[in-house]
Amino acid sequence: MPTLLPIDTLLIAASAWLAIGLLGLLAPRNSRFIATTLFPLGALVGMLVGFIALFSLGGSPQTAVLAIGLPDLPFHLRLDNLSAVFAMLVGFVAVGISIYAAGYFRQDEGTAPGLLCFEYHVFLASMLLVLLADDAYAFMVAWESMALSSFFLVTTNHQHAEIRRAGFLYLLIAHVGAIAILLSFGVMTANSGDFTFAGMRAQQLSPFWASVAFLLALAGFGAKAGLVPLHVWLPEAHPAAPSPVSALMSGVMLKTAIYGLLRVSFDLLHTTLWWWGVVALAVGLVTALFGVLYATVQSDMKRLLAYSSIENIGLLAVGTGLALIFHSYRMESLAALALTAVFYHCLAHAGFKSLLFLCTGSVLHATKERSLGKLGGLIHRMPWVAWLALVGVIASAGLPPLSGFVSEWLLLQSFLFSPGLPHSWLNMVVPVAAAVVALVAALAGFAMVKFHGIIFLGQMRDPSLKDAHDAGSWEKAGLVWLALLTLLLGILPSAVILRIDAATRQLLGQGLAERIGEQGWWMLAPISPERASYEPMLFLATIAASVLLGRWLVRRLYHGRMRRTTAWDCGYYFQGPRAQDTAEGFSQPIRRIFEPMFRMERHFPSARDSKPYYTVKVEDHFWHWLYLPTARLLGWVSDLITHIQGGRIAVYLTYSFFTLILLLLVARP
Amino acid sequence: MISISGLIGQLFAIALALVLAPLLAGWVGQCRAWLQSRTAPPLLQSYYMLHKLFHKDVVLAHGASSLFRTAPFVMFGCMVLACAIIPSLSTDLPFAPAADAIALVGVFGLARVFISLAAMDVGTAFGSLGGRREMLIGFLAEPALLMVIFTVAMIANSTSLATIVETLAHSDFAIYPSLAFAGIAFAFVSLAENARVPVDNPATHLELTMIHEAMILEYSGLHLALIEWAASLKLYAYSCLGLALFFPRGIAAGDSFPALLAAIPLLLFKLAIGGFLLALIETINAKLRIFRAPEFLGTAFLLAVLGLLVRLLLEGRA
Amino acid sequence: MNNAVPLSAQLINLFASVILLLAFAMLAQRRVLQLINLFALQGLALGLSTVVAAVTTGQSHLYWSAGLTLVLKALLLPWILHRLVRRLHVKGEIESLINIPTTMLVGIGLVIIAFNVALPISQLSHTITRGTLGIALAVVMLAFLMMITRTKAIPQVVGFLAMENGLFLAATSATYGMPMVVELGIALDVLVGAIILGVFFFQIREQFDSLDIHHMERLKDN
Repeated sequence: MPTLLPIDTLLIAASAWLAIGLLGLLAPRNSRFIATTLFPLGALVGMLVGFIALFSLGGSPQTAVLAIGLPDLPFHLRLDNLSAVFAMLVGFVAVGISIYAAGYFRQDEGTAPGLLCFEYHVFLASMLLVLLADDAYAFMVAWESMALSSFFLVTTNHQHAEIRRAGFLYLLIAHVGAIAILLSFGVMTANSGDFTFAGMRAQQLSPFWASVAFLLALAGFGAKAGLVPLHVWLPEAHPAAPSPVSALMSGVMLKTAIYGLLRVSFDLLHTTLWWWGVVALAVGLVTALFGVLYATVQSDMKRLLAYSSIENIGLLAVGTGLALIFHSYRMESLAALALTAVFYHCLAHAGFKSLLFLCTGSVLHATKERSLGKLGGLIHRMPWVAWLALVGVIASAGLPPLSGFVSEWLLLQSFLFSPGLPHSWLNMVVPVAAAVVALVAALAGFAMVKFHGIIFLGQMRDPSLKDAHDAGSWEKAGLVWLALLTLLLGILPSAVILRIDAATRQLLGQGLAERIGEQGWWMLAPISPERASYEPMLFLATIAASVLLGRWLVRRLYHGRMRRTTAWDCGYYFQGPRAQDTAEGFSQPIRRIFEPMFRMERHFPSARDSKPYYTVKVEDHFWHWLYLPTARLLGWVSDLITHIQGGRIAVYLTYSFFTLILLLLVARP
Repeated sequence: MISISGLIGQLFAIALALVLAPLLAGWVGQCRAWLQSRTAPPLLQSYYMLHKLFHKDVVLAHGASSLFRTAPFVMFGCMVLACAIIPSLSTDLPFAPAADAIALVGVFGLARVFISLAAMDVGTAFGSLGGRREMLIGFLAEPALLMVIFTVAMIANSTSLATIVETLAHSDFAIYPSLAFAGIAFAFVSLAENARVPVDNPATHLELTMIHEAMILEYSGLHLALIEWAASLKLYAYSCLGLALFFPRGIAAGDSFPALLAAIPLLLFKLAIGGFLLALIETINAKLRIFRAPEFLGTAFLLAVLGLLVRLLLEGRA
Repeated sequence: MNNAVPLSAQLINLFASVILLLAFAMLAQRRVLQLINLFALQGLALGLSTVVAAVTTGQSHLYWSAGLTLVLKALLLPWILHRLVRRLHVKGEIESLINIPTTMLVGIGLVIIAFNVALPISQLSHTITRGTLGIALAVVMLAFLMMITRTKAIPQVVGFLAMENGLFLAATSATYGMPMVVELGIALDVLVGAIILGVFFFQIREQFDSLDIHHMERLKDN
């Protein structure tokens, strides 16, 4: 009897997810069965996927051929270290989201629970298959089923016109991206007719065609990931989707695009030109700055998180670009540092962003409100969600000792080496790019304080919030799981890097493991402890010790008497909730400082208004500069085409006939 | 791995920070009063304040949540950690590997996020105003500080503060023009971060000018004492950081006892000079409008970037 | 690695950096009198760096240029400008076409360009001051930027003079200064230029009641 290889187990897991989905279809209205049985089962499968991928890391690649698909065109599958890192991400994050989803989906959510369960699990399985695919055909099939299943998930509440619109926008951009990816694969096969990734690796492309393939891949995967200017679907689709779906899309699906980009640029293409890295770096910087600036000015909590995801994708692109630059100059140990930062940030972002999206889901269920202007003070009603959200907020702001900081730290460390680049412009421009990264990280803190402060702190801005209730036990369990992931990624960086190092080593031939392994498990020193080090455990312990010791001493030496009264506020009498900052007010300084970056429509009250009001609406420049003109152009072209449309069959046949003759004339060998 | 003497030196550095920080704040206040021809408060005024505040009852607002009560402790802990890892007397600090210079910026950031959130917690007009302004200052000061650290880190080829000090203090004399840029930028950032004129005025409760004070209006009793103490620790940490990066001579390299003893009076002397200069700056400058503050910090940010560039041009290939 | 660089070169680098710093300070400055003071300081730093270069290389004409710079740019020209400002009753803040932070950002971009353009040239040169060529070029560009973005006449003149500072620094750093005759000629040019511009200001104000050079747009034929 053959032993069960990890790749077989992963395939079984994917099939198990599909089976769970099908079971959901069998009982589409039995929400109790779906919630308490199917989703927890899905979480178990996720746990299996996560651990299998974790333990397969460091092993040699395994392949499998599935005899499904078209005749003579079977699915080639392969599990190597790169896929394993991302499969681990899919598995572990899916655990938290599935547990949460068990408590989240209700009967009245638009789509029937069974159908939803089916779409959800197809989505999970197709993401796993994207990571395992080893030929262009299998990849595109999995990629498209991922896009379609997520489209249906986004449009769960399809009764609302704006949700349908968001869904279509998502579908459109996803397909434009898919075409670019397909073309990129086409270039990489180089007319050999061999669509397997192994065949692509064997091709020696000229620098020109390699660049074409890279740029197509960047555009295609960029559209899925949300790189500027292909980001517009993200802030529409994320608020439209139910929160577990947003969490899955933002936390996991965006990472499959990063996976694709890494796969193409480091694995499938042999040559690496330095300017690829510069392009990725520049696009990443613009995306990150754009995303974080727009995140700070949003007044819808899920849009805020969507823009924050754009920012994080930008940072990932920056890291990828930096790794590509180092790689192109054969400075592999530095490339390894940057690439490790990318992997780490993928894991970290998957954890904390899913956590934050799920928290908005609980808030949404408790209050039926997405607008920050009507929330506030929820920490009194929902302490669990508030404190768990704080974990996500601190990680997302890139602050120690949680996960977001580790990747930021690694990224900045690799920037510190960029003056060593043997190129006279790069070694001056790239270090300056670190300034933008630092600015982005600090602005992310602003956005996250706004997010947490306006939703959970202060006074309740709407009286109906008094009836809000904390998350249910399933939801809490899911949140706790993700918060634990965030915490563990934050305080055990060396252990995690030692595991994911296999993937770095696979792509670059060099990793960080030796140097990190020399130190203890508690210390992260990617080069040497004299050069740079970070010990989150000691960090946490020092803060905790001084907090506890301080508390104990104060209690010991003094008394702990406490009483409550109304707030002081410099003696002002009126202290209603309207005296607090609104979401718009909180971000006013950012709008003012970065005014040219936003397209604003403002209405100011005049002195004589009997009912004065102030509104501000911030819109995306790209929408007006790029998308609307494109749409107008398309409309114009299709108007032209209607002229040749006569409506008579004979005319159409004539067109076809002439086309046929033309082709025969032109396409002679 | 961690020697006993090193550990003792470490604990001594922390204790010294805890004791000296309020004194430094008191000293600055006193110099300010002298320079402005006012009667100075006693040098030990900050200690009396802390003692009094610890004795008082805590008066909490009705809307205050658990986060409001946690934040002062977190802020205090962050500042203690910051003081522990910045070499003030000796570079032999067992806690120093816990956080390098980049992580130090993170420590300050963590404290800032907590105190801003706490400011928004009670839900008063001033609280959210203070929180917003603090984050506004922070998002500009943080990258500027990071760029300063980048410049210095490139000189020393390390982001570890102990290594930086060892490189700068114990190598041959050399002029680093980039440090001039970085130094000015750092001075700007420190003024803003410690709520000093021209960005904020610690001595006023006026709506238009408050940043730090607006955030802590609702605090009282031991929470306020912790925040005040943490604020003076922050000033102390920034002073020590400035001294370590720009005037590192005299910081002991190892844990030898005589060198440590010699370092103490030198540190006191440097801190006294620094405090006097701070008071001087606060006296001869007017407070900026709040919307000039981003410009002020933006200048700091650009200066730091410029320092980095000068470093790359003049010193990198020399 | 800095041990290889002699102290004099380090000092010159320091002064060059100070000149660059002052160029940025001038770009950011809002008040006319402060701007002139900064210009004087820049002249002082320039003179000092030339003195250091003179002491190191022992070339006598460098002493002359240093003295000339100190007298002319650190004392005489600022004094003339001060007088002008007082006589013309120029008050208040300098207006700028682009806001100051954006100008500074553009300035950083210019510095990067200047540094990289100067790099291959400075590698050809063998003077101990060659590293400062990039800074000199950057100072010229920043002064140019100041002339472009300022709307009032006096800041524009200061920009013009600062540009000359940059050129002077470039000449010293690349070849230890231009021949004496050229230098004297330029110095005289600058002085005469400043005086003529001073007279010109009076004329502008007579004509338009303002020193805003926007008004000169009306002078063209239609």
